[in-house]
Amino acid sequence: MSRLSTDEVRYVAELARLELTPAEIEAFAAQLSAVLEYAAALQQVDTEHVPPTTSVLPLCNVMRADEPEPSLAVDEALANAPDRQDGYFRVRAVLEPGQ
Amino acid sequence: MTDLTALTIHEAHDLLRSRQITAVELTQAYLDRIAACDVQVRAYLHVAPELALAQAAEADRRRAAGEDHPLLGMPLAIKDMITVRGMPTTAGSRILAGFMPPYEATAIARLRRCGAVFLGKTNLDEFAMGWSTENSAFFPSRNPYDLQRVPGGSSGGSAAAVAADEAIAALGTDTGGSVRQPASWTNTVGLRPTYGRISRWGVVAFASSLDQIGPMTKDVRDAAIVLGAMAGHDPRDSTTLPDPVPDYTAALSEDIRGLRLGLPREYFVAGLHPGIERTILAAVEVLRGLGARVEEVSLPNTSYGMPVYYLVATAELSANLARYDGVRYGYSAGAATMADNYRQTRGRGFGTEVKRRIILGTYALSAGYYDAYYLKAQKVRTLIRRDFEAVFARYDALIAPVVPLLPFRIGQAPSDPVELYLSDVLTLPTALAGVPCLSVPAGFVEEEGRLLPVGLQIIGRPLDEAGVLRLAYAFEQATHYRRVRPPLEAIAERPKEP
Repeated sequence: MSRLSTDEVRYVAELARLELTPAEIEAFAAQLSAVLEYAAALQQVDTEHVPPTTSVLPLCNVMRADEPEPSLAVDEALANAPDRQDGYFRVRAVLEPGQ
Repeated sequence: MTDLTALTIHEAHDLLRSRQITAVELTQAYLDRIAACDVQVRAYLHVAPELALAQAAEADRRRAAGEDHPLLGMPLAIKDMITVRGMPTTAGSRILAGFMPPYEATAIARLRRCGAVFLGKTNLDEFAMGWSTENSAFFPSRNPYDLQRVPGGSSGGSAAAVAADEAIAALGTDTGGSVRQPASWTNTVGLRPTYGRISRWGVVAFASSLDQIGPMTKDVRDAAIVLGAMAGHDPRDSTTLPDPVPDYTAALSEDIRGLRLGLPREYFVAGLHPGIERTILAAVEVLRGLGARVEEVSLPNTSYGMPVYYLVATAELSANLARYDGVRYGYSAGAATMADNYRQTRGRGFGTEVKRRIILGTYALSAGYYDAYYLKAQKVRTLIRRDFEAVFARYDALIAPVVPLLPFRIGQAPSDPVELYLSDVLTLPTALAGVPCLSVPAGFVEEEGRLLPVGLQIIGRPLDEAGVLRLAYAFEQATHYRRVRPPLEAIAERPKEP
């Protein structure tokens, strides 16, 4: 199994939209390499004909009637928003000027 | 003169029903106890005296109108992973700063209907990721049995509150052991129900295939009462089980003659504290004395629980925590561009342990590694489940230690994540299998002049909470370790009934 390099930590942090400090990148690379080394034990387990467990429940495809039910009012839904305008969440421009 | 905060739910219920006390008096006694003790225990992130007293007054009105329920007027503490109307929810994280939920958890709504009173929100490791409450963004809670030590985690605030009589009972959440481990370290009862028994709606999501709410109580009967009030199908959580909810208190019995109990040899791991091993083996003799048959059994895939858990749980949490984007609620860094605002909000809003786990989970799910890590872990999870199915064909329940270590001193947790992750190796396989399990007080180990609590883990078949509670009750009635109270009198005079 692979070790986790600082470049990989940077790449994964970008996938997760997570700003890390240089010290965090160094520390996580070393610590998570140790965790992955430990996880390598799983590769020795024969799982040739073993199905994966995605849920322990004896349930599948739980459906309900497709009928509207009461939900949060706009004001309630927006009450915790860091920024809002005219009944909407307000965000920064997604595209940079010139894009 | 009764010490109201020393009472269990069922004891207080007797006094309320016979009109010897009121719910307002009971709630006020707990608020006074919090005021006197929590400066040092630090169990609570938020206390809501006015809301609690208003609820207590309402409970008294309902009782005067002829209503009765074992939880009517009972003051509870709620782990700050679970939303309660009128109280902030932080999940122990700065990223949820100022968040006031516009709804509340189904479990809370059900307790509210029974007339329970909510005292406040308890401390936890950030997003329930940790073993000590030291990962809380705010402060660590302390173990009432030794204030220099951690109460365990992640539901450490709830455990400390119950142990210190700062709540009559509490709720925790258990993803990989977060109810049972702190219960074990604080001489309290902590139950993790079967996955799907209690609705997760309104609970902050960590690892969705593992998260469960659990009661944390002073004794086993109280755990049965609180579980019964919350359990059952919820149309808002498609992972709740439709099975009817039995009367868990009716199942409590001191008669466990003829029960077949398995003692999994893999749970006596290298590094198991010798005092804990002695305590568990003494518990085995107590159960034998009560007429149970105890035999050694094997759960051969136990050692894979840790790597499977850390791959499955981090993969799920990396997806669940994507919602913290600084747009809809919580902290926002206010950066100039959308992309920078995501990065900075998350980078500054999350603590170190949460970020470490997001990186691991994102890596395990990323292109090229999915099959090797996440899918492989899910397959080995199947083998772990089969271990339990095999032993439950021949045994009624399993008994084991809860945690291999005694509570450590604040600031002295193992610094290596692998070593630290090993500390919950005995609670992970049950969480992965989704089976019900509980920690019940089993004795004490003396360390540096202090008596540190040790719990006994009882593991049952899926949906056999009644069997787990019955066994725990019989053990508790034969031992009464709850009577050893934490040495808190030195810091606070217990409030007395006027």
